[in-house]
Amino acid sequence: MSDLRRSMLFVPGFRPGMLQNSSIYGADSIIFDLEDSVAVTEKDAARVLVRNILQELDFSGIEMVVRINPVTDSPFGEEDVAEIAGVRPDAFMLPKADEEGIRVLADMLDEIEQKEGFEQESIKIFALVESTSAVLNLCSIAKASTRLAGIMLGAEDLTAELGIKRTLQGNELLYARSHLAMVCKSAGIDAIDTPFGDVEDREGLEYDASQAKSLGLTGKAAIHPRQVGTINRLFSPSPEEVIYAGKVVAAVREAEKEGKGVLALDGKMVDAPVAARAEKVLKQAKLAGIEV
Amino acid sequence: MRITKSSEAGKQEANDIFIWLEPNEKEEIEIKLESVVKLQFGKQIEKVIRETLAKLGVTSASVTAWDGGALDYAIRARVETAVRRAGEV
Amino acid sequence: MRNVLGRELPERIAGYGEVRPFAGAFAHAGEINRKAVKVKGDWSSPNKVLNSLGEALEKCGLKDGMTVSFHHHLRNGDYVLNMVLDEIARQGIKDIKVAASSIFPIHQPLVRHMENGVVTGLYAGYISGPVGEAVSQGVLKNPVVMQTHGGRARAIESGELHIDVAFIAAPTCDEYGNMNGLEGPSACGVLTYPAADAEYADKVIAVTDNLVLYPACPIEITQEQVDYVVEVDSIGDSAGIVSGTTRITSDPAGLKIAESAAQVIKASGLLMDGFSFQTGAGGTSLAVAAYVKEMMKEKNIQGSFAAGGITEYMVEMLEEGFFRTLFDGQCFDLKAVESLRKNKNHQRMSMSMYGNPCNKGAVVNKLDVMILGATEVDLDFNVNVTTNSNGLLMGGSGGHSDTAAGATLAVVVTKLIRKRFPIVVDSVTTVTTPGETVDVLVTERGIAVNPLRQDVLEKVKKAGLPVKTIEELKEIAEKLTGVPEKVEFKDKVVAVIEYRDGTVIDVVRQL
Repeated sequence: MSDLRRSMLFVPGFRPGMLQNSSIYGADSIIFDLEDSVAVTEKDAARVLVRNILQELDFSGIEMVVRINPVTDSPFGEEDVAEIAGVRPDAFMLPKADEEGIRVLADMLDEIEQKEGFEQESIKIFALVESTSAVLNLCSIAKASTRLAGIMLGAEDLTAELGIKRTLQGNELLYARSHLAMVCKSAGIDAIDTPFGDVEDREGLEYDASQAKSLGLTGKAAIHPRQVGTINRLFSPSPEEVIYAGKVVAAVREAEKEGKGVLALDGKMVDAPVAARAEKVLKQAKLAGIEV
Repeated sequence: MRITKSSEAGKQEANDIFIWLEPNEKEEIEIKLESVVKLQFGKQIEKVIRETLAKLGVTSASVTAWDGGALDYAIRARVETAVRRAGEV
Repeated sequence: MRNVLGRELPERIAGYGEVRPFAGAFAHAGEINRKAVKVKGDWSSPNKVLNSLGEALEKCGLKDGMTVSFHHHLRNGDYVLNMVLDEIARQGIKDIKVAASSIFPIHQPLVRHMENGVVTGLYAGYISGPVGEAVSQGVLKNPVVMQTHGGRARAIESGELHIDVAFIAAPTCDEYGNMNGLEGPSACGVLTYPAADAEYADKVIAVTDNLVLYPACPIEITQEQVDYVVEVDSIGDSAGIVSGTTRITSDPAGLKIAESAAQVIKASGLLMDGFSFQTGAGGTSLAVAAYVKEMMKEKNIQGSFAAGGITEYMVEMLEEGFFRTLFDGQCFDLKAVESLRKNKNHQRMSMSMYGNPCNKGAVVNKLDVMILGATEVDLDFNVNVTTNSNGLLMGGSGGHSDTAAGATLAVVVTKLIRKRFPIVVDSVTTVTTPGETVDVLVTERGIAVNPLRQDVLEKVKKAGLPVKTIEELKEIAEKLTGVPEKVEFKDKVVAVIEYRDGTVIDVVRQL
């Protein structure tokens, strides 16, 4: 598991071939899905398959997440957690998330971790928000559990509920994305953008992802392995950003040595937030394997 | 315990294994295996099926398996699902 | 005895003879004498057309023990090999050796002729389908001799493989024996496989379903080499001639491999103006071409040539200016045939020109990058494309060994795990192409560089690509699949694998 969540790749939980190969595409996080991509009649089979693969195969270096079924109004979600928590995935993703659902899930995990003797709160939660009420309640959702590592936007259900179309431009998501970015930033968790639906349209993905990044989202869901490379690239710091950050950090060190409080670099003032941002960029670049 | 009702799990496709469980009159596990990797992994696949059944406490069953090159974790999962579906676990 | 790769070989093989052990890819680079062909001038008739295949066999004096040859431009649509062998069987002739450039599933009737002793020997560059299965089960009296495309040309030119009668399926032919593959209901494009056959066989017979007025321009195989012409209803099924495997893969793992291979090419530094490139027609190989094209566009590069079997995709790259030239050894689809017809930069090449190690310079020697497939790869980078994982004869070198030896950078692309088979193994079932000619292995789970190529290793590492040792790749695969049990073979040698220089690189034994 790493602290970098540029790309989170969804993989249907029923087909062994896809599950086995999911680790080769460079995704920072992999989400084995037990919800939408699995038929009701195969929920039981997928659950056992996902449990086994997490237990038996080596996914080191990748954050492994399982998207369960909703825990409040379906019998499946609870069974998903009961079956899989014992093999300690890095996180569960809760679809159609609201405060109540997150609390229910967190309570279940509290109990299992205690029973199994796992470290408390070692299993994280991602909330997938897909409704207008969830978007409006983001502040409370973000505080619903200290297990929360990030919130992902699910735009398909959201736009359906609003009765509007998703467009390449993406203006319809402007509010939800901006709101998500701010709430997550203030809560200190990741803000993950909704997947881009047209797998063939690479330019569309590029535009969509850069929109999300420009609004402050920190990563994006991928629904096909081919999307991972583009998403990773767009959500990594650019070489220019890394070079600048390196200069800033070096200048700060120098100033500290000389006991100077305020400094300027290339005529711009470097204050605490600028320095902190530079540190973060360098850390991300290191995690992403970027050398400049 | 004996399998008393037939059940199935998995798909006949690459990297998966289709498991069909049926009651067996005798108190034994009987396995019919077809596999694209039978020459190289036939024994291993049979062993995994038997071990999984034993772990779940199944002592009598007739197993028909069609394997498209599933790895052990998937074989174990499909056998376990089939046993559960037969209502035995 | 063992050859330099450590493969156990008999000193003599019944029905093959003395075994010359493989001594290294470039050990015998060399000198041959081209054989002299006995020719009798014939001005008796302005017309070489005979009434039937039967008559042609008689006129040629075909008899027991002789060698007949065929080409495979009609691939799995070829009617001619079956037609001729049926006639040979009908005439009661026995003990025939068939020198085919390749054998396909459509040639199933050959199995019956092998069982009945009509055919007792077989030479081929590639075998797929029932004939391969029959050979593996020991049906053929003498072992099959598997040759490379370039090696076949060399063997024919030197007389090592003497052809008594060459039968050339001709999509278009005139009454005096001039042929081309561009027109007619069975158009297949170039006629490059039978070039050596036409030149060195004692007798040459054109078999056509499109007899045209003299002369059949543009002429590819010329009249002075041809003895007789036979007209038949049909020489092939056009649906089988055009191969169905020429689409870019949509499998994400295949695309990932192709993308990595393209990055290796970029890292190698070979991607510059004048770049030359060959790739197979498989889905993953074609995907490599697509990624390479993108990089060429980005860097604004024009390549000198792309070579090999030509597909629509390569034609597009020629027409869009990514390459100045195509070197065509066979046309895989009708777009390639069409391009050959109209574009002077679409250049045909014989198999000798393509890959013969014993001539004054083959096209493979000018190749920068070759993308190859593999059924198995071992820790010494030896590649098997001859037998499948069950030990069945199901493939063959074709141009694999020729291009690997010639290219500056030979890159093998394959999945590390296919079904449950680990592709990297301790020792391949059959060596087709020696590891010393294979530079890089690209899989979905990492890249391995041949330790013989430290220069490439350094560049690939510097580019930040995920390099592993081949031992590590094997471990990764076996951790997932488990260690496969070995396939058991009997003692009888059913196929002799000749390297391009004619030495024996391996044998295949009966199942």
